[in-house]
Amino acid sequence: MAIDIDIERRLGERVIAARFTAGPGLTALFGPSGAGKTSILNMVAGLLRPDRGHIRVGARTLFGGGVDLPPEARRTGYIFQDGRLFPHHRVRANLLYGFHLADPADRWMAFDEAVAFLGIGELLDRWPRTLSGGEAQRVAIGRALLRGPEFLLMDEPLSSLDAARRGDIMTVIERIRDELKLPVLYVSHDRAEVDRLATQVVEVGE
Amino acid sequence: MLSAEEWGIVALSLKVGGVAVLVTLPVAFALAWVLARYRFPGRVALDALVHLPLVLPPVVTGWLLLIAFGPLGPVGRWLESWFGMTLMFRWTGAALAAAIMALPLMVRAMRLSIEGIDRRLEGAARTLGAGHWHAFRTISLPLALPGILAALVLGFARSIGEFGATITFVSNIPGETRTLPLAIYSALQVPGGEAMVTRLALLSVALSFAALILSEWLVRRTDAGRTQRGD
Repeated sequence: MAIDIDIERRLGERVIAARFTAGPGLTALFGPSGAGKTSILNMVAGLLRPDRGHIRVGARTLFGGGVDLPPEARRTGYIFQDGRLFPHHRVRANLLYGFHLADPADRWMAFDEAVAFLGIGELLDRWPRTLSGGEAQRVAIGRALLRGPEFLLMDEPLSSLDAARRGDIMTVIERIRDELKLPVLYVSHDRAEVDRLATQVVEVGE
Repeated sequence: MLSAEEWGIVALSLKVGGVAVLVTLPVAFALAWVLARYRFPGRVALDALVHLPLVLPPVVTGWLLLIAFGPLGPVGRWLESWFGMTLMFRWTGAALAAAIMALPLMVRAMRLSIEGIDRRLEGAARTLGAGHWHAFRTISLPLALPGILAALVLGFARSIGEFGATITFVSNIPGETRTLPLAIYSALQVPGGEAMVTRLALLSVALSFAALILSEWLVRRTDAGRTQRGD
Protein backbone atom coordinates (compact mmCIF):
# COMPACT_ATOMS: atom_id res chain seq x y z
CA MET A 1 0.00 0.00 0.00
CA ALA A 2 1.50 3.28 -1.09
CA ILE A 3 1.16 6.62 0.62
CA ASP A 4 1.08 9.31 -2.04
CA ILE A 5 1.80 12.80 -0.79
CA ASP A 6 1.96 16.14 -2.55
CA ILE A 7 1.29 18.99 -0.17
CA GLU A 8 2.16 22.59 0.43
CA ARG A 9 1.48 24.87 3.35
CA ARG A 10 2.59 28.36 4.23
CA LEU A 11 3.40 28.92 7.90
CA GLY A 12 4.29 32.55 8.47
CA GLU A 13 7.27 33.30 6.22
CA ARG A 14 8.05 29.68 5.45
CA VAL A 15 6.55 27.42 2.86
CA ILE A 16 6.52 23.76 3.77
CA ALA A 17 6.22 21.53 0.76
CA ALA A 18 6.63 17.82 0.22
CA ARG A 19 6.08 15.50 -2.69
CA PHE A 20 6.86 11.82 -2.45
CA THR A 21 5.39 8.35 -2.57
CA ALA A 22 6.09 6.11 0.38
CA GLY A 23 6.07 2.40 -0.38
CA PRO A 24 5.83 -0.45 2.09
CA GLY A 25 8.21 -0.49 5.03
CA LEU A 26 9.55 2.53 6.84
CA THR A 27 9.94 5.81 4.99
CA ALA A 28 12.18 8.24 6.78
CA LEU A 29 11.65 11.98 6.33
CA PHE A 30 15.18 13.08 6.94
CA GLY A 31 16.43 16.63 7.34
CA PRO A 32 17.62 19.29 9.75
CA SER A 33 15.52 20.48 12.67
CA GLY A 34 13.09 23.19 11.68
CA ALA A 35 12.70 21.99 8.10
CA GLY A 36 8.99 21.37 8.61
CA LYS A 37 9.09 17.58 8.98
CA THR A 38 6.64 17.58 11.89
CA SER A 39 4.29 19.86 9.95
CA ILE A 40 4.25 17.30 7.15
CA LEU A 41 3.22 14.56 9.59
CA ASN A 42 0.59 16.86 11.08
CA MET A 43 -0.85 17.45 7.62
CA VAL A 44 -1.00 13.71 6.96
CA ALA A 45 -2.67 13.19 10.35
CA GLY A 46 -5.21 15.93 9.65
CA LEU A 47 -4.02 18.20 12.47
CA LEU A 48 -2.80 20.84 10.01
CA ARG A 49 -4.58 21.67 6.78
CA PRO A 50 -2.44 21.95 3.65
CA ASP A 51 -3.03 24.99 1.44
CA ARG A 52 -3.10 22.73 -1.59
CA GLY A 53 -2.22 19.25 -2.77
CA HIS A 54 -3.34 15.74 -1.97
CA ILE A 55 -2.74 12.91 0.47
CA ARG A 56 -3.72 9.40 -0.58
CA VAL A 57 -3.25 6.13 1.25
CA GLY A 58 -3.79 3.16 -1.04
CA ALA A 59 -7.13 3.80 -2.69
CA ARG A 60 -8.30 6.22 0.01
CA THR A 61 -8.02 9.98 -0.37
CA LEU A 62 -7.43 11.69 2.97
CA PHE A 63 -7.07 15.15 1.49
CA GLY A 64 -7.47 16.80 -1.89
CA GLY A 65 -10.08 17.20 -4.61
CA GLY A 66 -12.60 18.57 -2.13
CA VAL A 67 -11.93 15.82 0.42
CA ASP A 68 -10.57 16.73 3.84
CA LEU A 69 -11.11 13.88 6.27
CA PRO A 70 -11.01 14.88 9.94
CA PRO A 71 -8.15 13.35 11.96
CA GLU A 72 -10.44 10.78 13.58
CA ALA A 73 -11.41 9.33 10.19
CA ARG A 74 -7.89 8.96 8.75
CA ARG A 75 -6.93 5.71 10.48
CA THR A 76 -3.47 6.89 11.39
CA GLY A 77 -1.47 5.89 14.43
CA TYR A 78 0.54 8.94 15.44
CA ILE A 79 3.47 8.48 17.81
CA PHE A 80 4.71 11.80 19.09
CA GLN A 81 8.14 12.87 20.21
CA ASP A 82 7.04 13.16 23.83
CA GLY A 83 4.64 10.24 24.08
CA ARG A 84 1.77 12.59 24.78
CA LEU A 85 -0.09 10.15 27.02
CA PHE A 86 -3.26 11.37 28.70
CA PRO A 87 -2.12 12.36 32.20
CA HIS A 88 -5.52 11.74 33.79
CA HIS A 89 -5.76 8.13 32.63
CA ARG A 90 -3.78 5.12 33.76
CA VAL A 91 -1.76 3.20 31.19
CA ARG A 92 -4.58 0.72 30.57
CA ALA A 93 -7.11 3.46 29.79
CA ASN A 94 -4.56 5.23 27.59
CA LEU A 95 -4.06 2.03 25.60
CA LEU A 96 -7.79 1.47 25.23
CA TYR A 97 -8.72 5.06 24.31
CA GLY A 98 -8.47 4.56 20.56
CA PHE A 99 -9.34 0.85 20.72
CA HIS A 100 -12.82 1.61 22.04
CA LEU A 101 -13.36 4.32 19.45
CA ALA A 102 -12.30 2.15 16.51
CA ASP A 103 -14.81 0.30 14.38
CA PRO A 104 -14.43 -3.35 15.50
CA ALA A 105 -13.91 -4.31 11.86
CA ASP A 106 -10.90 -1.97 11.67
CA ARG A 107 -9.13 -3.40 14.71
CA TRP A 108 -6.41 -5.85 13.84
CA MET A 109 -4.66 -6.25 17.18
CA ALA A 110 -6.14 -7.47 20.44
CA PHE A 111 -5.34 -5.73 23.71
CA ASP A 112 -3.40 -8.68 25.16
CA GLU A 113 -1.51 -9.08 21.93
CA ALA A 114 -0.37 -5.45 21.98
CA VAL A 115 0.61 -5.68 25.64
CA ALA A 116 2.69 -8.79 24.95
CA PHE A 117 4.21 -7.34 21.76
CA LEU A 118 5.47 -4.30 23.68
CA GLY A 119 6.19 -6.00 27.00
CA ILE A 120 4.17 -3.50 29.01
CA GLY A 121 2.09 -5.90 31.12
CA GLU A 122 3.67 -4.58 34.31
CA LEU A 123 2.71 -0.99 33.54
CA LEU A 124 -1.05 -1.27 33.05
CA ASP A 125 -2.08 0.19 36.41
CA ARG A 126 0.53 2.94 36.50
CA TRP A 127 -0.05 6.66 35.88
CA PRO A 128 1.78 8.17 32.89
CA ARG A 129 3.74 10.59 35.10
CA THR A 130 5.40 7.64 36.87
CA LEU A 131 6.73 6.09 33.64
CA SER A 132 10.26 6.48 32.31
CA GLY A 133 10.67 7.95 28.83
CA GLY A 134 11.12 4.53 27.26
CA GLU A 135 8.10 3.06 29.04
CA ALA A 136 5.95 6.02 28.03
CA GLN A 137 7.00 5.62 24.41
CA ARG A 138 6.10 1.90 24.43
CA VAL A 139 2.67 2.74 25.80
CA ALA A 140 2.26 5.46 23.18
CA ILE A 141 3.11 2.94 20.45
CA GLY A 142 0.63 0.47 21.93
CA ARG A 143 -2.07 3.12 22.05
CA ALA A 144 -1.48 3.91 18.37
CA LEU A 145 -1.48 0.23 17.31
CA LEU A 146 -4.68 -0.57 19.20
CA ARG A 147 -6.49 2.21 17.37
CA GLY A 148 -6.43 -0.07 14.31
CA PRO A 149 -4.34 2.15 12.04
CA GLU A 150 -3.56 1.53 8.36
CA PHE A 151 -0.20 3.23 8.76
CA LEU A 152 1.90 4.88 11.47
CA LEU A 153 3.36 8.34 11.80
CA MET A 154 6.38 8.66 14.07
CA ASP A 155 7.80 12.04 15.01
CA GLU A 156 11.34 11.58 16.36
CA PRO A 157 10.12 8.94 18.81
CA LEU A 158 13.65 8.33 20.14
CA SER A 159 14.76 11.89 20.74
CA SER A 160 13.79 12.09 24.41
CA LEU A 161 15.41 8.74 25.30
CA ASP A 162 18.86 7.73 26.52
CA ALA A 163 21.06 5.42 24.44
CA ALA A 164 19.94 2.15 26.06
CA ARG A 165 16.24 2.92 25.65
CA ARG A 166 16.82 4.03 22.08
CA GLY A 167 18.07 0.56 21.21
CA ASP A 168 14.98 -0.99 22.84
CA ILE A 169 12.50 1.18 20.99
CA MET A 170 14.38 0.80 17.70
CA THR A 171 13.94 -2.96 18.03
CA VAL A 172 10.20 -2.42 18.56
CA ILE A 173 10.03 -0.21 15.48
CA GLU A 174 11.89 -2.81 13.40
CA ARG A 175 9.39 -5.43 14.49
CA ILE A 176 6.50 -3.14 13.55
CA ARG A 177 8.12 -2.76 10.13
CA ASP A 178 8.99 -6.45 9.62
CA GLU A 179 6.43 -8.47 11.61
CA LEU A 180 3.35 -6.26 11.50
CA LYS A 181 4.24 -4.96 8.02
CA LEU A 182 2.73 -1.62 8.80
CA PRO A 183 3.82 1.31 6.61
CA VAL A 184 5.54 3.97 8.71
CA LEU A 185 6.35 7.61 7.98
CA TYR A 186 9.25 8.36 10.28
CA VAL A 187 10.63 11.82 10.99
CA SER A 188 14.23 12.09 12.12
CA HIS A 189 17.30 14.28 11.95
CA ASP A 190 19.62 11.48 13.07
CA ARG A 191 21.61 9.77 10.31
CA ALA A 192 22.36 6.59 12.30
CA GLU A 193 18.71 6.10 13.19
CA VAL A 194 17.67 6.52 9.57
CA ASP A 195 20.39 4.16 8.31
CA ARG A 196 19.26 1.45 10.64
CA LEU A 197 15.49 1.77 10.26
CA ALA A 198 14.62 3.21 6.88
CA THR A 199 13.48 1.25 3.86
CA GLN A 200 13.31 4.50 1.90
CA VAL A 201 14.60 7.98 2.65
CA VAL A 202 12.99 11.27 1.67
CA GLU A 203 15.20 14.30 2.15
CA VAL A 204 13.34 17.29 3.52
CA GLY A 205 15.34 20.47 2.93
CA GLU A 206 14.94 24.07 3.91
CA MET B 1 -25.96 28.06 69.48
CA LEU B 2 -27.72 29.80 66.61
CA SER B 3 -31.33 30.95 66.85
CA ALA B 4 -34.01 29.89 64.36
CA GLU B 5 -33.73 33.31 62.74
CA GLU B 6 -29.99 32.94 62.37
CA TRP B 7 -30.33 29.47 60.88
CA GLY B 8 -32.79 30.97 58.42
CA ILE B 9 -30.21 33.57 57.44
CA VAL B 10 -27.56 30.90 56.91
CA ALA B 11 -29.97 28.75 54.89
CA LEU B 12 -30.95 31.71 52.70
CA SER B 13 -27.29 32.61 52.15
CA LEU B 14 -26.46 29.06 51.12
CA LYS B 15 -29.46 28.97 48.77
CA VAL B 16 -28.58 32.30 47.17
CA GLY B 17 -24.92 31.36 46.85
CA GLY B 18 -25.65 27.87 45.53
CA VAL B 19 -28.11 29.00 42.88
CA ALA B 20 -25.88 31.91 41.85
CA VAL B 21 -22.89 29.68 41.34
CA LEU B 22 -24.71 26.87 39.53
CA VAL B 23 -26.39 29.30 37.12
CA THR B 24 -23.13 31.15 36.48
CA LEU B 25 -21.02 28.04 35.98
CA PRO B 26 -21.90 27.22 32.35
CA VAL B 27 -21.77 30.89 31.32
CA ALA B 28 -18.45 31.42 33.09
CA PHE B 29 -17.01 28.24 31.57
CA ALA B 30 -18.02 29.30 28.06
CA LEU B 31 -16.46 32.75 28.61
CA ALA B 32 -13.30 31.24 30.09
CA TRP B 33 -13.02 28.84 27.15
CA VAL B 34 -13.49 31.56 24.54
CA LEU B 35 -11.04 33.92 26.27
CA ALA B 36 -8.43 31.19 26.74
CA ARG B 37 -8.65 29.65 23.29
CA TYR B 38 -9.68 32.21 20.70
CA ARG B 39 -8.30 35.45 19.31
CA PHE B 40 -11.01 37.65 17.85
CA PRO B 41 -11.81 41.33 17.53
CA GLY B 42 -13.44 42.57 20.71
CA ARG B 43 -11.67 40.00 22.86
CA VAL B 44 -10.04 42.65 25.02
CA ALA B 45 -13.38 44.42 25.43
CA LEU B 46 -15.09 41.15 26.41
CA ASP B 47 -12.32 40.43 28.89
CA ALA B 48 -12.74 43.90 30.41
CA LEU B 49 -16.52 43.52 30.57
CA VAL B 50 -16.21 40.21 32.41
CA HIS B 51 -13.84 41.78 34.91
CA LEU B 52 -15.90 44.92 35.40
CA PRO B 53 -17.82 43.70 38.49
CA LEU B 54 -14.48 43.04 40.17
CA VAL B 55 -13.38 46.68 39.99
CA LEU B 56 -16.66 48.60 39.87
CA PRO B 57 -18.08 49.78 43.20
CA PRO B 58 -20.63 47.05 43.99
CA VAL B 59 -23.29 49.68 44.56
CA VAL B 60 -22.88 50.74 40.93
CA THR B 61 -23.31 47.14 39.77
CA GLY B 62 -26.46 46.97 41.91
CA TRP B 63 -27.76 50.19 40.42
CA LEU B 64 -27.10 48.91 36.87
CA LEU B 65 -29.01 45.73 37.73
CA LEU B 66 -31.84 47.88 39.06
CA ILE B 67 -31.98 49.79 35.78
CA ALA B 68 -31.87 46.64 33.65
CA PHE B 69 -34.01 44.27 35.73
CA GLY B 70 -36.32 46.71 37.51
CA PRO B 71 -40.00 46.78 36.56
CA LEU B 72 -39.32 49.51 33.99
CA GLY B 73 -35.98 48.13 32.82
CA PRO B 74 -35.69 46.43 29.42
CA VAL B 75 -34.88 42.97 30.80
CA GLY B 76 -37.21 43.32 33.79
CA ARG B 77 -40.17 44.24 31.61
CA TRP B 78 -39.46 41.34 29.27
CA LEU B 79 -39.17 38.82 32.13
CA GLU B 80 -42.39 40.14 33.64
CA SER B 81 -44.47 39.98 30.47
CA TRP B 82 -43.18 36.62 29.23
CA PHE B 83 -42.67 34.67 32.41
CA GLY B 84 -44.54 36.74 34.98
CA MET B 85 -41.25 36.81 36.79
CA THR B 86 -39.79 39.61 38.78
CA LEU B 87 -36.38 39.64 40.43
CA MET B 88 -36.74 42.87 42.39
CA PHE B 89 -36.92 42.35 46.17
CA ARG B 90 -36.73 38.58 45.67
CA TRP B 91 -34.08 36.08 46.67
CA THR B 92 -33.70 35.29 42.96
CA GLY B 93 -32.60 38.90 42.50
CA ALA B 94 -30.07 38.44 45.29
CA ALA B 95 -28.83 35.33 43.47
CA LEU B 96 -28.51 37.33 40.24
CA ALA B 97 -26.50 40.07 41.97
CA ALA B 98 -24.27 37.44 43.59
CA ALA B 99 -23.86 35.67 40.23
CA ILE B 100 -22.71 38.85 38.48
CA MET B 101 -20.23 39.57 41.27
CA ALA B 102 -18.91 35.99 41.24
CA LEU B 103 -18.54 35.81 37.46
CA PRO B 104 -15.07 37.40 37.13
CA LEU B 105 -13.55 35.20 39.81
CA MET B 106 -15.04 32.07 38.29
CA VAL B 107 -13.91 32.98 34.77
CA ARG B 108 -10.38 33.65 36.01
CA ALA B 109 -10.08 30.36 37.88
CA MET B 110 -11.32 28.30 34.93
CA ARG B 111 -9.39 30.25 32.35
CA LEU B 112 -6.12 29.52 34.15
CA SER B 113 -6.85 25.85 34.16
CA ILE B 114 -7.98 25.80 30.52
CA GLU B 115 -4.80 27.63 29.50
CA GLY B 116 -2.84 24.99 31.40
CA ILE B 117 -4.19 22.15 29.25
CA ASP B 118 -1.70 20.89 26.70
CA ARG B 119 -3.72 21.33 23.50
CA ARG B 120 -1.60 18.75 21.77
CA LEU B 121 -3.34 16.15 23.94
CA GLU B 122 -6.56 17.02 22.12
CA GLY B 123 -4.76 16.51 18.80
CA ALA B 124 -3.53 13.13 20.03
CA ALA B 125 -7.11 12.18 20.95
CA ARG B 126 -8.32 13.19 17.49
CA THR B 127 -5.77 10.96 15.75
CA LEU B 128 -6.95 8.12 18.00
CA GLY B 129 -10.46 8.41 16.60
CA ALA B 130 -12.14 10.97 18.83
CA GLY B 131 -14.35 13.61 17.22
CA HIS B 132 -14.22 17.23 18.35
CA TRP B 133 -16.89 16.82 20.99
CA HIS B 134 -15.60 13.50 22.28
CA ALA B 135 -12.09 14.90 22.66
CA PHE B 136 -13.53 17.86 24.56
CA ARG B 137 -15.53 15.63 26.88
CA THR B 138 -12.87 13.02 27.57
CA ILE B 139 -9.70 15.15 27.52
CA SER B 140 -10.24 18.89 27.89
CA LEU B 141 -13.10 18.85 30.35
CA PRO B 142 -11.56 16.37 32.84
CA LEU B 143 -8.24 18.23 32.67
CA ALA B 144 -10.05 21.51 33.38
CA LEU B 145 -11.96 19.95 36.26
CA PRO B 146 -9.75 21.21 39.10
CA GLY B 147 -10.19 24.75 37.76
CA ILE B 148 -13.95 24.24 37.51
CA LEU B 149 -14.11 23.05 41.12
CA ALA B 150 -11.92 25.91 42.28
CA ALA B 151 -14.21 28.32 40.45
CA LEU B 152 -17.24 26.80 42.16
CA VAL B 153 -15.68 27.22 45.58
CA LEU B 154 -14.41 30.76 45.00
CA GLY B 155 -17.63 31.84 43.33
CA PHE B 156 -19.67 30.40 46.16
CA ALA B 157 -17.60 32.17 48.79
CA ARG B 158 -17.86 35.43 46.85
CA SER B 159 -21.61 34.97 46.47
CA ILE B 160 -22.41 34.46 50.12
CA GLY B 161 -20.29 37.51 50.95
CA GLU B 162 -22.01 39.81 48.47
CA PHE B 163 -23.31 43.01 50.04
CA GLY B 164 -23.30 46.21 47.99
CA ALA B 165 -24.92 45.07 44.75
CA THR B 166 -27.45 42.99 46.66
CA ILE B 167 -28.66 45.69 49.03
CA THR B 168 -28.88 48.18 46.16
CA PHE B 169 -30.75 45.85 43.84
CA VAL B 170 -33.05 43.83 46.10
CA SER B 171 -32.90 45.74 49.38
CA ASN B 172 -32.62 44.08 52.80
CA ILE B 173 -35.77 42.06 53.41
CA PRO B 174 -35.74 39.54 56.28
CA GLY B 175 -36.32 36.01 55.05
CA GLU B 176 -36.15 37.03 51.38
CA THR B 177 -32.96 38.96 50.61
CA ARG B 178 -31.27 39.29 54.01
CA THR B 179 -28.18 37.13 53.54
CA LEU B 180 -25.30 36.86 56.02
CA PRO B 181 -23.55 40.18 55.34
CA LEU B 182 -26.85 42.05 55.22
CA ALA B 183 -27.94 40.47 58.49
CA ILE B 184 -24.66 41.46 60.12
CA TYR B 185 -25.12 45.00 58.88
CA SER B 186 -28.71 45.08 60.20
CA ALA B 187 -27.73 43.63 63.59
CA LEU B 188 -25.09 46.33 63.92
CA GLN B 189 -27.83 48.96 63.66
CA VAL B 190 -29.80 47.41 66.54
CA PRO B 191 -28.84 48.09 70.18
CA GLY B 192 -27.81 44.79 71.81
CA GLY B 193 -27.20 43.09 68.47
CA GLU B 194 -23.48 42.53 69.15
CA ALA B 195 -23.81 38.89 70.17
CA MET B 196 -25.59 38.07 66.92
CA VAL B 197 -23.02 40.04 64.94
CA THR B 198 -20.23 38.05 66.55
CA ARG B 199 -21.83 34.70 65.81
CA LEU B 200 -22.64 35.57 62.20
CA ALA B 201 -19.24 37.13 61.63
CA LEU B 202 -17.44 34.06 62.97
CA LEU B 203 -19.60 31.91 60.74
CA SER B 204 -18.61 34.05 57.73
CA VAL B 205 -14.94 33.76 58.58
CA ALA B 206 -15.24 29.98 58.89
CA LEU B 207 -17.07 29.64 55.57
CA SER B 208 -14.60 31.85 53.68
CA PHE B 209 -11.60 30.17 55.23
CA ALA B 210 -12.87 26.72 54.32
CA ALA B 211 -13.54 27.87 50.76
CA LEU B 212 -10.02 29.29 50.36
CA ILE B 213 -8.33 26.17 51.66
CA LEU B 214 -10.48 23.96 49.46
CA SER B 215 -9.73 26.00 46.32
CA GLU B 216 -6.01 26.16 47.10
CA TRP B 217 -5.95 22.38 47.41
CA LEU B 218 -7.79 22.01 44.10
CA VAL B 219 -5.36 24.34 42.32
CA ARG B 220 -2.43 22.33 43.67
CA ARG B 221 -3.98 19.20 42.25
CA THR B 222 -4.12 20.85 38.80
CA ASP B 223 -0.42 21.61 38.97
CA ALA B 224 0.37 18.06 40.00
CA GLY B 225 -1.55 16.69 37.01
CA ARG B 226 0.43 18.87 34.66
CA THR B 227 3.79 17.28 35.33
CA GLN B 228 3.77 14.45 32.90
CA ARG B 229 6.67 12.21 33.63
CA GLY B 230 8.51 10.80 36.64
CA ASP B 231 12.16 10.50 35.73
